[in-house]
Amino acid sequence: MPKDYGIGAPQKRREDIRFLTGRGVYTDDLALHGQAAAVFVRSTVAHGRIKSINTAKAAAMPGVLAIFTGEDFKDVGGNPAGWLINSRDGTPMREPKRPVLAHGKVRHVGDAYAAVIAETLSQAKDAAEQLAEDSAIEELPAIVDMKAAVADPSNRVHDEIPDNLCFDWGWIEDNRAAVDAAMKAAPHVVTLNLVNNRLVPNAMEPRASIGEYFPGTGDYKLTTTSQNPHLTRLLVAAFVLGIPENKLTVVAPDVGGGFGSKIYHYGEEALVLAAAKKLGRPVRWTAERSESFLTDAHGRDHVTKIELGCTKDGQILAIRTETLANVGAYLSNFSTATPTFLHGTLMAGPYKVPHVYVNVKTVFTNTAPVDAYRGAGRPEATFSLERVIDKMCRELNLDPFEVRRKNLLTPDQFPYTTPVGLVYDTGNYQATLDRAMAMADVAGFDKRAAESKARGKLRGMGLSTWIEACGIAPSHLVGILGSRVGLYDAATVRVNATGNLSVMVGAHSHGQGHETVFAQIVADKLGIPESSVEIVHGDTSKIPFGMGSYGSRSLAVCGTAMAKAVDKIIAKGKKIAAHMLEASEGDITFEDGKFSVAGTDKAKTFGEIAFSAYVPHNYPLETLEPGLEETAFYDPANFTYPAGAYICEVEVDEGTGKVDVVAFHCADDFGNVMNPLVVEGQVHGGVGQGIGQALCEFTTYDENGQLLTGSYMDYPMPRAGDVPFYNVDYSCQTPCTHNPLGVKGCGEAGAIGSPPAVVNAVIDALHRGGHTHVTHIDMPVSPSRVWQAVNG
Amino acid sequence: MTKVSMTVNGKAVSGEVEGRTLLSSFLREGLGLTGTHVGCDTSQCGACVVHVDGNPVKSCTVFAQDVAGASVRTIEGMANPDGSLGVIQQAFQDHHGLQCGFCTPGMVMSSAALLAENPRPTEAEVRHYLDGNICRCTGYHNIVKAVMAASGQDVSALAAE
Repeated sequence: MPKDYGIGAPQKRREDIRFLTGRGVYTDDLALHGQAAAVFVRSTVAHGRIKSINTAKAAAMPGVLAIFTGEDFKDVGGNPAGWLINSRDGTPMREPKRPVLAHGKVRHVGDAYAAVIAETLSQAKDAAEQLAEDSAIEELPAIVDMKAAVADPSNRVHDEIPDNLCFDWGWIEDNRAAVDAAMKAAPHVVTLNLVNNRLVPNAMEPRASIGEYFPGTGDYKLTTTSQNPHLTRLLVAAFVLGIPENKLTVVAPDVGGGFGSKIYHYGEEALVLAAAKKLGRPVRWTAERSESFLTDAHGRDHVTKIELGCTKDGQILAIRTETLANVGAYLSNFSTATPTFLHGTLMAGPYKVPHVYVNVKTVFTNTAPVDAYRGAGRPEATFSLERVIDKMCRELNLDPFEVRRKNLLTPDQFPYTTPVGLVYDTGNYQATLDRAMAMADVAGFDKRAAESKARGKLRGMGLSTWIEACGIAPSHLVGILGSRVGLYDAATVRVNATGNLSVMVGAHSHGQGHETVFAQIVADKLGIPESSVEIVHGDTSKIPFGMGSYGSRSLAVCGTAMAKAVDKIIAKGKKIAAHMLEASEGDITFEDGKFSVAGTDKAKTFGEIAFSAYVPHNYPLETLEPGLEETAFYDPANFTYPAGAYICEVEVDEGTGKVDVVAFHCADDFGNVMNPLVVEGQVHGGVGQGIGQALCEFTTYDENGQLLTGSYMDYPMPRAGDVPFYNVDYSCQTPCTHNPLGVKGCGEAGAIGSPPAVVNAVIDALHRGGHTHVTHIDMPVSPSRVWQAVNG
Repeated sequence: MTKVSMTVNGKAVSGEVEGRTLLSSFLREGLGLTGTHVGCDTSQCGACVVHVDGNPVKSCTVFAQDVAGASVRTIEGMANPDGSLGVIQQAFQDHHGLQCGFCTPGMVMSSAALLAENPRPTEAEVRHYLDGNICRCTGYHNIVKAVMAASGQDVSALAAE
């Protein structure tokens, strides 16, 4: 029987009721008295110099209340990068200003250089069209291709940055010579050039923001689609607008997915606040999907050369990579961490590899900013590694399962210090590999392949053994690595007088199910009904200063803070019980929701303790404070390291090049599982996105910097018919050793582990069909690319 | 501005609209029925699906005045009369067929239309029918499962939970 209560129970989600009945409240659902509409005027060219903006005609149009241009924000701050990365020679990265509205130059199609505020959305749109007509922008040559951007110093995205390079990073630079020597000495070297395709995150809810200003108090309020409201508040207050932090409330209500794209602060948020202040009215903006395509931070976009040195029997000796990573036109908040410390540090994978060196050059281009998207750096590392290992197996005629097994770390090797700076705390990679192979019935593959062949299809099987570093992040480590913030989290547990609980958390749920799962944990620890626990998130006026949700951190970091705050509640409850029961505090035990004097039948329920805390008629006030509310901040000692083995089976139609994923098996180790239903859902979603990256999705700018894939007519989102049912297992569990819940995080796993499994399966199918000249196909492995590879 | 009247979730409603006012805008801004979501501008994502005289329609693609006199049903009209979840809604909760909830109203409305015309769809039929509804969270696994469960089929053996 599955558990029906608390930690580990497959509880149905309580938040579903409002979403299923149309009563969720997303930002655009709010209607405020006196609200005005904002529409942004966006560049239609990728690169241009703003010569003039004549606002007169637009300002005179019906309903227009205000017009803003870059000129209005030239003296305020900019939106900063969250991480300072140093180049190999020790020089700091180039960090151009990112203003609220473009000033002087526009740097990508969609770059906003003006905004119109009007009584209605239609009036604002009409005036924005007029303003676009009355703006003179001299088009400059667009810088789109990364190699060309670096090669041609005459054309610059930012005039002050001569070679369009943000930084040239080496990890770990001191190891470079040793890696080069090991590569040179290796009996066999495999080389693979690949592209990790640029993706558009496409959370289904477009970004939206509402600014309010209250002249009576001087307070501001920003309601916005954010994964981390406190960070947005900090950025707007301290860096962009200079509003005192305590005069600004940021609320992220129901948020329709994020996948990274809603971590960051965007200029639209600052604009609606500035406009609300100027007009004394609420100002709202909601992106149209085409604006989302043009301006949400994109993901991936790496061009990589990876080399792997090995013995002839497949022992990995050295890995060396060179990557060009696109950061787009401006530095989004996490954009410099994604291709470096979320990528280079993972390049040893789950393997014993003595020598690893990673070089990443990040390049400015006239495209939308690129930042963390589900997995963020780790999918890029995993794809490079798992593809080159697969290529090694083909070159040396080795079994890909046995080669993985030979190189995987073994359980007795933990804690394990990698050559790229991480310490893996625990794992059992053989167990997940064995489990995946059993789930996939590897032994029965030939029979299935014969059956596929009878139907005219080539069947292939692909494997990926992956690891990630998540539970982001230990502040002491990220501080060394260049982070300008700490990455702890926080929770406040308030026991109300009537015995129910309000739990305020720094994590933000935009689909993850915190309202249900966090309540399960609190209830379990206190022995009270789950329905007594309410999880409050997303409002900086209510929650403690936490860092939001991304990097599979909610449970491992914020959940731990919450568990620690509950422990403090229990400790305080013991003090109260000792007083009430006239016993010594040391004799009080807490179990199943009851505080008891050990060895007696004297006890108080949790509810009685709570009530007493707020009606302290006879408290010894010098030693016992009234009230029952505790806050804990938690900063992890290390990252967490989920890992697993994914096996994909595809059928390829040789005639058309069409690939169908016919089976997908996931054996994951997430440590302890709090709610299996939610964990499965996270894996399904991640794998769905990974299959999308592998088979469908691509983002194309033409040579003029025009986004050719700027709508759902052109950008192939995976649909229900593009994916199979996924076979998901999480029974291999090596609990995390450094957080009390023993959890590792599951949000990004699917998107990290799945793309190489799919591509490896396609290459396998083609080889089985005799197309042995095909050694690699870049993602997305579309029908045309497969057909060309086969017939090319 | 033109006056438009229709029945929404069994109630007679009316309002003033411009010629360019979309049904989705009329529902959301005119009637405050914000359960119908707008996720794109090319009629692709399906978050805005409602029923017009029983047929699933992308409400972002229909002018409000073109459905004057029609009977419209939205996600707000899908629960049982006592307020409890309807069969399809309940199946979505039981099988974790939603995460962020943004595509969910459209998914439920499309699924209801499917089951009205095909009471026991196969997996392939469900996937094909939902081609016009995009979900970014679930990988579709639990949505397909929920729809099949709502049709009364045993889904326990479809794939591991």
